[in-house]
Amino acid sequence: MLLIHCPYCDETLPEAEFAYAGEAHIARPADPMALSDEEWRDFLFIRSNPRGTHYERWRHVHGCGRFFNAVRDTVSDRFVTTYRAGEPRPDLSASTGAAR
Amino acid sequence: MTAFRIPGKGRIDHARPVRFTFDGRVVEGRAGDTVASALLANGIHLMGRSFKYHRPRGAVTAGSEEPNALIRTARGRGRAEPNTRATMQEIHESLAAESQNRWPALAFDVGAINDGLYMLFSAGFYYKTFMWPRSFWDRVYEPLIRRAAGLGRAPTDPDPDLYASRNLHCDVLVVGGGPAGLAAALAAARTGAEVVLVDEQAEIGGTLLSEPHLVIDGQPAWDWLAAALAELGAMPNVRLMPRTTAIGYYHQNMVGLCQRLTDHLADPPADAPRERLWRVRAGQVVLAQGAIEKPLVFDGNDRPGVMLSGAAQTFLHRFGVRVGRRAVVVTTHDSAWHTAFDLAAAGVRIAAIVDLRPGVDGALTARAAALGIEGLTGHTVTDTRGRLRVSGVRVNPVADGRVGPGRIVPCDALLMCGGWTPSLHLFSHTRGTLAWDEASGAFLPDRKTEACQIAGAGRGLWGVAAALEDGAKAGAEAAAAIGRATAPGTFAVQGDRPGTGLVVRELPTDADPGRAKAFVDFQNDVTAKDIRLAVREGMRSIEHVKRYTTTGMATDQGKLSNINGLMIAADALDRPAPEVGLTTFRPPYTPTSFGALAGYRRDGHFEVTRKTPIDPWAEAQGAVFEPVALWRRARYFPRPGEDMDAAVARECRAVRTGVGMFDASTLGKIEVVGPDAVTFLERMYTNPWAKLGVGRCRYGLLLGEDGFIRDDGVIGRLAPDRFHVTTTTGGAARVLSVMEDYLQTEWPDLDVWLTSTSEQWAVVAVQGPKARALLAPFVQGLDLSEAAFPHMSVAECTVAGFPARLFRVSFTGELGFEVNVPARHGRALWETLWQAGQAHGIAAYGTEAMHLLRAEKGFIIVGQDTDGTVTPQDAGLSWAIGKAKPDFVGKRSLVRPDIVAPGRKQLVGLLTEDPDVVLEEGAQIVADPRQPVPMRMIGHVTSSYRSGALGRSIALALVEGGHGRMGETLHVPMPGKTHAVRVTGVTFYDPEGARLKGEEVPA
Repeated sequence: MLLIHCPYCDETLPEAEFAYAGEAHIARPADPMALSDEEWRDFLFIRSNPRGTHYERWRHVHGCGRFFNAVRDTVSDRFVTTYRAGEPRPDLSASTGAAR
Repeated sequence: MTAFRIPGKGRIDHARPVRFTFDGRVVEGRAGDTVASALLANGIHLMGRSFKYHRPRGAVTAGSEEPNALIRTARGRGRAEPNTRATMQEIHESLAAESQNRWPALAFDVGAINDGLYMLFSAGFYYKTFMWPRSFWDRVYEPLIRRAAGLGRAPTDPDPDLYASRNLHCDVLVVGGGPAGLAAALAAARTGAEVVLVDEQAEIGGTLLSEPHLVIDGQPAWDWLAAALAELGAMPNVRLMPRTTAIGYYHQNMVGLCQRLTDHLADPPADAPRERLWRVRAGQVVLAQGAIEKPLVFDGNDRPGVMLSGAAQTFLHRFGVRVGRRAVVVTTHDSAWHTAFDLAAAGVRIAAIVDLRPGVDGALTARAAALGIEGLTGHTVTDTRGRLRVSGVRVNPVADGRVGPGRIVPCDALLMCGGWTPSLHLFSHTRGTLAWDEASGAFLPDRKTEACQIAGAGRGLWGVAAALEDGAKAGAEAAAAIGRATAPGTFAVQGDRPGTGLVVRELPTDADPGRAKAFVDFQNDVTAKDIRLAVREGMRSIEHVKRYTTTGMATDQGKLSNINGLMIAADALDRPAPEVGLTTFRPPYTPTSFGALAGYRRDGHFEVTRKTPIDPWAEAQGAVFEPVALWRRARYFPRPGEDMDAAVARECRAVRTGVGMFDASTLGKIEVVGPDAVTFLERMYTNPWAKLGVGRCRYGLLLGEDGFIRDDGVIGRLAPDRFHVTTTTGGAARVLSVMEDYLQTEWPDLDVWLTSTSEQWAVVAVQGPKARALLAPFVQGLDLSEAAFPHMSVAECTVAGFPARLFRVSFTGELGFEVNVPARHGRALWETLWQAGQAHGIAAYGTEAMHLLRAEKGFIIVGQDTDGTVTPQDAGLSWAIGKAKPDFVGKRSLVRPDIVAPGRKQLVGLLTEDPDVVLEEGAQIVADPRQPVPMRMIGHVTSSYRSGALGRSIALALVEGGHGRMGETLHVPMPGKTHAVRVTGVTFYDPEGARLKGEEVPA
C-alpha cells in the first residue's frame, strides 16, 4: 500500500484514504461550445498515458476531501511529489525521486 | 519409541507422546513434531501422490518449500485445509491428516496408470491432446480434466474459524530467525530501535536448530540461541513472532505477515483467531531468509526416501529422527558430506557419498575414510530402485564427460544436494533486481528499490560465522539508517561448515535421457525432458518455458525447481543462464488462506449495511428486504399468505385508490449553500435554476461531460442561497464527489458550500389521492391546499410536532408529499402517520411497488433504464435541458456527431401482444424474428412489470431509433417463445397528469 502526502493536511497517509482522479492539468475549456468536435474529443478522451512521469489528480477522500495533484512514476509506482490543485507543474529537476 | 527415533535427541519433548491420525491410522509422535517428522519417526516415507502421474511421493524437504508431502488436515466440520505441507503442520491430539491425489488408497492408486502413459502427458499435453474432435470437448475432455485437475479437495462447509488482522509500525523488521536474522535483530534492538523478528517455523533459530555442534562465543549453539532469544524477549522494544510468514513485500516497506495462531493447538480457545494478518510498515527491513537447498535432477529422483540432505539433517537434529537405516548421499556441494557425517554419528549406515565433482576438499574425503564411508568423487547417479520407497541407487563413474558402467548400491534413503539457492522471493516482490554471481553459481540481490538490507545466505554467504557477521552488519546499517548508529558486534564460531559446490543441470547418465523421469518440479511432475521438449518446440523465453511445461507454477512456486529448470533450459537454448533469466516471484511467499486475507470482512462485516431510522419498523412488520447500494430497503410488506406479486398489487392499489407510505430516507441529499449556489447548480445540472422561486422545486438532470445521464433528483430552493438537492440512493456519494471536484478545481472562485445530509433527514413519502387528507391535520405553519402548495412546492414547517422540510412531489403520479424530518424523529413520524392512516386504509409500500408505480408513469430509474450511454434526448428528457443556458456539464457533448446521429437507442414503452406476458428485464429485442441466428439485436428491455392499474403488462426498453418507431411491432425472443410487442410512449398511466391533484380535503 502506497503512502501519499496530502499537500493540504501536510501528512503522509495510507493510500486507502485517497482516491485516484485521473490525469492532472486538463482544464475544462472556458467555452466548450466554441470548440471543434476534434478539440472537444481530445478534452474528453485523449490522455497522455506515459511510461514514467505522470501528472495526476488524487482526492484525500477519507481525510480533508481536497483534490490535489501528484507526480508519480508509472513504472516504479513511486510518488515524486504532490502539490495543491491550481499550482503549476513542479520543477522536477531538483527532485531526488523519493516520496516526501 | 520407534526404530527411527533417537532417544533424547532433538528439540522435541520425548516425554510427551502425541497421537494423531494419518489416513485413519493412529500415529504416535512427540510434542514438537511436524506431521512429516512424526511419520518419518515411524518409518513412513510415503505421504502423497503426485499431481499428474500419481507417483508415490515422500517429504523431500523439512520446511515450507515442501512440494510433495501435501496433506489434507482436518479437525471437525468446516475446519479442513487441503495442500497443507506435512513438513510445517505441527501435530496435536485433534489432528486428522489425510494423503491426497490417491484412490482408493495411498499405497494402491488407480490414477498411477498415468505414470505408464507418461508419453501422453509430456509438456504442453493439454494443448495438444484435447484439441479434437471438437464434440469431445463438453462430454469427454472437460469432465476428465476437471476430475483429474487440482490438488487436494477444498472443504464445502463454511469456515467457522475467526481470522484477525492488525497494523504494526516498527523501526526494523527482520524476516528470518536464523543466525543472520538473530544477529541483525540483536544489533538493531540494542540501539533501542523498535524491532520485529518473524520466522515461519514454530521455533526461531533457523539453521542453528540443525547444527547443534557449533560453538558460538564459547557457548554451544543451542545455549547461545536460548541466550539470544532471552535477551531479545526481555527487551520491551522487541517483538518475536514465530509461526509467522512474511508473505509479501509491498511499496514503501510494507510487509504482509501471516501469523498462525491455533493450527498447532489440540484444543484452541473458542474465541481465538486461527490466523492473524499483519500489515507492517517498517523503517528498515532486513531480509535474512537464508537459502533453499536444490535437488539434483536424475532418473527416479522422486521416490519416497529420496530427500534433500539438509532435510535429513534437520529431521536428525531437530526431531531426533533417522530418515533411514542405510543411506546414500549424492551431491555436488560440500554441505551434504557434513550431513553424512552427522547421520553416521547417529547410527545411520552411509553406504556411499556420491559426488559429481572429480575432486573435493581433502578434509572431507579423509573424514569419510576415517568413518569407513565410501567416498565416490567423480560419480553420478543414473537410476533409483523401489516402488513405494527407494531400495537402491545406480551409481556410475564419470570421467571426461563419459559415464562408465553402473552398479546398484542398496539403500533405504537417498540424500541429495545440488547446492543452495538464496531465498530472494520477498526481495523480488519489490522489483529489486538480481544478478548472476558466477562464483557462487546463484542469483544475488543487485539493485534495491526499498529501504532494506539483505543478510547472510540470502546474498550468497555460506556458513554460520559469515551469516552472524553479515546479519550484525545489516542490523547495524538498518539502525544507522533510522538514526541509531552502532558498531556491529563480532562472533567467534567453532565448528562452522562453510562449503563450496558446483551448479549443474541434469546429472550425466548412460541411459536414454528421453526415457528418464528426472524430475525438476516435483509438484507439477515436470521432468528435464519436458523442459528440453519445450525448447525444441520453440519456447525461447523462460516465461514461455514455464507456462508450457508448468514448471514453477505449483503451490511451492518453484522454490526447489526454478534454478534447475533454468540451467536445463539455458543448456537446451545454448545460452548462458543469466541471459535466460528467472521468472518473477510474486506474493504470497507461501500459500495463504483466504480466511487470513479476508480477516474480519466476512458475513455481516463484509460490507456496511446501511439502515434507515424506519428500518426496525419494517423488520417488525415482516418486510422482505433487498440491497440497494449499501442500503437494505424494504422491498414489500407481505401479509399472511401473500407472495410478492400479491403484496405489490395490494400496495400499488392502496397508492392509486387511497394512500400509501414509503420510506424514502435512503435518497441522497446534498445541501448546496452560498451566494453562488444558483450559479453552481446552473453549471452542474442541465436544467435552469436562476428563475426557480424560493419554495419551489424542480426535477434536475446531471450529465457527465460526455453528455450521458449520470444522476437525477428533485432540487428544492429553500432560500435564494440555499438548495436541498436530492440524488439517487446509489449515486449520493458519487454526485457529491463530482460536485466537489468542479467546485474545488474548475470553479474555485464560486462561493458555495456542499454538505452531505443524506443521513441527517428521514424521509416519509405519503402518496395517493388521500395523501393530503392524511397529512394535513399534522402540518402546522403551512397551507397544504392545491392553490397554496401546488405540485413541485417545498416549505419548512412542522409535521406532527417535528421540524420538517415538506416537498410536494410525486414519483407515483398521484398526489404526493415527501416529509423530511431530522433522522432521530423519522420513526416517530412514520408511526404517527401509520396510526392515522389506518382510517384511510393506508398501506406501507416497498421498493418493488415504488418501481412499478413510477414505470406506469414512465419515470426513469438512472442505472436501470439508463446505462451510462444514454443522453437526455435518448431518454426523452430533452424538456429538462435549459436551452438558453450557455453552458453546463455535458452540454457540448450533446451536439457531438455520434450523439446527434440517427439510430441511437432511445427509451420507449413496450406493450406485449399478449397482455399477460411479462417480458424479462434484459431481454433482447429484434425487428424480424424469422431472420437467421445470430439475429441482429436492436435493443433490450430495461423495466418490466405486471401493472394492476392497467390490468396488463408494461415494459420500458431502449430501442434503436425507438422514438421513430411508435406503433411498430417488434419481437422479444424469450425462453420457449418469441413475443410480439408494440412500441409506445413511456407514459402508460394518466398521461394528462390529472391525478397529481388528488382529492381536496373535505371541508
